[in-house]
Amino acid sequence: MQTQGPTMFSYYLNLALRSLRRTPVLTALMVLAIGLGIGASMTMLTVLHVMTDDPMPGRSGHLYTPHLDPLPIRFKAIDIAGDPASNLTWPDAMALLQAHRAPRQAAMAGGELLVRPQRTGARPFHADGRYATADFFPMFGVPFERGHGWSAADDAARARVAVLSDSFSRQLLGSVDTVGKTVRLGDHDFQVIGVTSDWQPSPMFYVDASAKRYSDGDLFFIPLSTAVDLKLDVNGNFSGWAKDHAATRMVSPTTSWLQFWVRLDTPAQVAGYRQFLVDYSAQQKALGRFQRPPTNARLYGLMDWLAHENLVPSDVRLQLWLALGFLLVCMINIVALLLAKFLRRSDEIGVRRALGARRRDIFLQLGVESAAIGVAGGVLGLLIAQLGLWSIRRRPDDYAHLAQMNLPMLFGTLALAVVASLLAGLLPAWRACSVAPALQLKTQ
Amino acid sequence: MQLLPILSTLRHHKLTAALLMLQVALTCAIVCNVVFMVANRVQQVSLRTGLVESELSMVTVEGITKGENPQVRHATDLVALRAIPGVQAVVAVDSLPLSHNESSYGTCDSQRSFNQAMAVYSMAGIVGCVNTTVYSGSQGELAALGLKLVAGRDFRSGEYLPAKRGWVFAGVPSAIISRALAARLYPGRGALGQSLYMGNHPPMRIVGVVDTLLRPRLHTPGTNQLSVLVPSLPGDNTVIYVLRSAPADRGRVLKAAVATLSRLDPDRLIPAKGTRTYAQLRRGYFQRDTTMIGLLIASALGLLFVTALGIAGLANFWVQQRTRSIGIRRAVGATRGDILRYFQAENFLIVSAGVVLGVLLAVGLNLLLMRYYELPRLPLWYLPVGALASWVLGQLSVLSPALRASRVPPVVATRSA
Repeated sequence: MQTQGPTMFSYYLNLALRSLRRTPVLTALMVLAIGLGIGASMTMLTVLHVMTDDPMPGRSGHLYTPHLDPLPIRFKAIDIAGDPASNLTWPDAMALLQAHRAPRQAAMAGGELLVRPQRTGARPFHADGRYATADFFPMFGVPFERGHGWSAADDAARARVAVLSDSFSRQLLGSVDTVGKTVRLGDHDFQVIGVTSDWQPSPMFYVDASAKRYSDGDLFFIPLSTAVDLKLDVNGNFSGWAKDHAATRMVSPTTSWLQFWVRLDTPAQVAGYRQFLVDYSAQQKALGRFQRPPTNARLYGLMDWLAHENLVPSDVRLQLWLALGFLLVCMINIVALLLAKFLRRSDEIGVRRALGARRRDIFLQLGVESAAIGVAGGVLGLLIAQLGLWSIRRRPDDYAHLAQMNLPMLFGTLALAVVASLLAGLLPAWRACSVAPALQLKTQ
Repeated sequence: MQLLPILSTLRHHKLTAALLMLQVALTCAIVCNVVFMVANRVQQVSLRTGLVESELSMVTVEGITKGENPQVRHATDLVALRAIPGVQAVVAVDSLPLSHNESSYGTCDSQRSFNQAMAVYSMAGIVGCVNTTVYSGSQGELAALGLKLVAGRDFRSGEYLPAKRGWVFAGVPSAIISRALAARLYPGRGALGQSLYMGNHPPMRIVGVVDTLLRPRLHTPGTNQLSVLVPSLPGDNTVIYVLRSAPADRGRVLKAAVATLSRLDPDRLIPAKGTRTYAQLRRGYFQRDTTMIGLLIASALGLLFVTALGIAGLANFWVQQRTRSIGIRRAVGATRGDILRYFQAENFLIVSAGVVLGVLLAVGLNLLLMRYYELPRLPLWYLPVGALASWVLGQLSVLSPALRASRVPPVVATRSA
């Protein structure tokens, strides 16, 4: 093993670079091929990575969303309208809330209100926010700059209070020191009781399926009961399965529009909550409200729910497959070229073998040559991936701004390129080092 | 040309030849499917809406004054917009083809099928019922948008009714439908004069059929044209004013329209993204498809490029490796043409093997794409075209190394290696 030291490595590197320089066109071709394949693949892998990232590291393992199936037996969903059972009705959400079977639970819905800034010359605009119940803030760990969220008593009293985001508070009132001030949202006045730091999980896991998951966070928060009381505008799907009037659809037992999340800390709590959902459904079925089997009730973990919602557009997945297919063809190309190249040096290898080099030495030497191509290809791939991500950031989609490469992905790119080129060099190197020394010398 | 010597040489390079074959096969399979996807997307992107797209511009306006009568407001706005120089026609509509904003209704050809559908709250699987888009608009919509009537007549002024807030249309007496919907609901019966059942309204009489009218959102090729026009004045606070002008006037007309509307009532929202020409709206709608087309074409070209370079690189190697034996063959009487044809035939053999495998892979890949990406079936004629393209690609890439080989002089045979 004394020959495996750093001197031998630098000798192999020297041999490799010399060999690569001898066939510059071929080397350039291989580097280009691996650079293109790696660059395209890493661009798409980065996009996929940021889109399927954990929105709440540390918390996501304890967050669950319950789903009931209150639809009539004969109901057939139109696929373009989405599944009405993916949200809860007001009576069901209130029942789950009051049952209090989890340490924390909150019902919520998206809201859109017209805001008329006090400053002269500023035009009115629509602001997106959230109607929620009290546990929303502690359950999701929303950070506060000033003040605090509201209490269950505020929920019960339908208090006219609001929590603003940092940027919204500045935009409307000129500072973050706005606790105690009054703000006019839509046609009503609300008292500001808290200001959150700008807080935006990505993806926004708790929003309705029709909302954008990767765009801006909530600008304001208002108690859900207050929103229902004042019939504030909801920004999301109302799906009904019986006759409903616009005036009463918010509290209708046959219109779903609310999202619901719970925090469950132990497996026993999770199992208990699952059972509770089935029991609740059975009870509702006995009352004649539900028609479908109580076991249709579901409890999804946060990451399971995101997987179920399938947030990655099919175009993005298709682009990833295309990039990987491209990488595969590039690798096969390199295997063939390296094979031809290494075999052509059979005479040189034969001489080295006859002079005492072991198979392992030859293998290592050729491996170093493949890895050198991989490193060069990886650097090129990195540049191409940056170009690719830049072009993705220019797309009009809501996920576009997320297309940034972080440090792990950067090293991953280089590693993938070296691994790919080593894999591509494996077969050719093995074939070349099995050359018999004597035979090779004889043909000279 | 004798194939036997080629085959025996290839046997010495089994692995390399197999790899090259595999590369050709994968390239052939992927490129066939990529070209097919490009063709599909191009077809999608070039769908006709039925409008005179190049002459239309839109301003979206949202009224925020409480208790305002939207129809009165729209009528006032329309009069002012019509006065802008260069404007040939203006209408207020609730939605437009490719505008994303869709009001869809279950629509049936008879009371019976409508009742059946209502019983299950769904149109799915009910014969005589389909889900359609409903467009409402002020008087003169057909002319302003440039929709082409193929049967019947336009709405009469007495037929228009104001829609209530939150509803797309009122209980109007008549409707105009697209030719595709006519064929779907009343096959072989002639749609004019038939009754259309929709929502909780009395049936509407079909008074006209327009040639083409695309929906605000595309679904499947069979349902993209299922749309209904009703003589109902939009009743929501948000409305789209469509202005028709000469294409060259669009920019100026848009600016003038926004200025006019702001002057009439400064207290309303005119979002910048809702103020644009129809061409811009169309480009925005298909942005993802055009991006995808670009990516697909780029990757297909990349694959062909890499494969061509691979073939050429390998052929180059083989020529260098066999310089001596080529010299010997030349010395014993082979012509330049023989050597050229030898390498061409060798390439033909490898590419042919790749094409056979590639055609199978192409079909397999298409089946996968059909399953996961709702792609239609690959037309069979793509396969021979793909094979032909592979052969041409192979022959072009091998040409230069083969020519080099054919120029090896016989004297090389006498030199030592």
